[in-house]
Amino acid sequence: MNDHDHDHTPITNGDERRAGARARALEELLVEKGVLRPGEIRAGIDWLVSRTPADGARLVAHAWVDPEFKQQLLADARAAALELGLDPGPSPVVVALENTETVHHMVVCTLCSCYPRALLGPPPAWYKSLPYRSRAVSDPRGVLAEFGLAIGDDVDLRVVDSTADIRYLVIPRRPAGTDELSEDQLAALVTRDSMIGVAQPAAPALA
Amino acid sequence: MTYRVGEPVTVAARAHSGHHRTPSYIKGKTGRIEGVHARFRNPETRAYGDQGLPEMPLYLVSFARSDLWPEPCAGGGHRVYVDVFEHWLEEAK
Repeated sequence: MNDHDHDHTPITNGDERRAGARARALEELLVEKGVLRPGEIRAGIDWLVSRTPADGARLVAHAWVDPEFKQQLLADARAAALELGLDPGPSPVVVALENTETVHHMVVCTLCSCYPRALLGPPPAWYKSLPYRSRAVSDPRGVLAEFGLAIGDDVDLRVVDSTADIRYLVIPRRPAGTDELSEDQLAALVTRDSMIGVAQPAAPALA
Repeated sequence: MTYRVGEPVTVAARAHSGHHRTPSYIKGKTGRIEGVHARFRNPETRAYGDQGLPEMPLYLVSFARSDLWPEPCAGGGHRVYVDVFEHWLEEAK
């Protein structure tokens, strides 16, 4: 026992074999009750794994080169994605958060694994892990340091916990020395992790 | 919409035995309204096969790290931004 009111049991993801059996049992039951058609879950998974961070990267790169589009993306990311011909997914509201020299956003879902899957693909395993979900809100600078990202004490650090219907996408800072790059070359620098806010975009290759 | 941007609010400290989307680390804590998203179906009834109506206003509420946890943490402070449904918000205490 300790002298405060929360326990210190190690945080784990639990028994995955049991969770798998439970998921299969639920699927069979939902099909039997007519809530789902056979194959509907597989089709959903197929859609999910067909999504990649390349779509999010296109949004970011376009915003980097077109200030007007960036304003549109910040105002309504769902509409901005549709304008670029991208699938923003089923969430009614997608919000883009701009990182600057003075403001840094990082995204977490402390309750489960809410994530802009349509634009970023399936979330990485660490995003769903209990250690990330608990520490991102209480010690974000410590978590970011483990990702190799140092955020100065003078930077306004904002941890966004997506607990409801909104999906959040970070617009990372455009790296220096990229003025000559094409939009496609810029998109290649926009990594998945930079759009979660746990990394900066990749550095441009030296010419 | 009951609350305005900039207004301080306290999250209800009540327990809730079923599905809900208000994380326990903000319950009873005071933050400020940063934005009003829209109205959404209520996940607390929707999770059990109901339509989740009426739709409830959803706010973006920010909390200072130091108001959430008493233990200090290394580095500068930060704020945590959380989406909270209106029926979990109360006038700031």
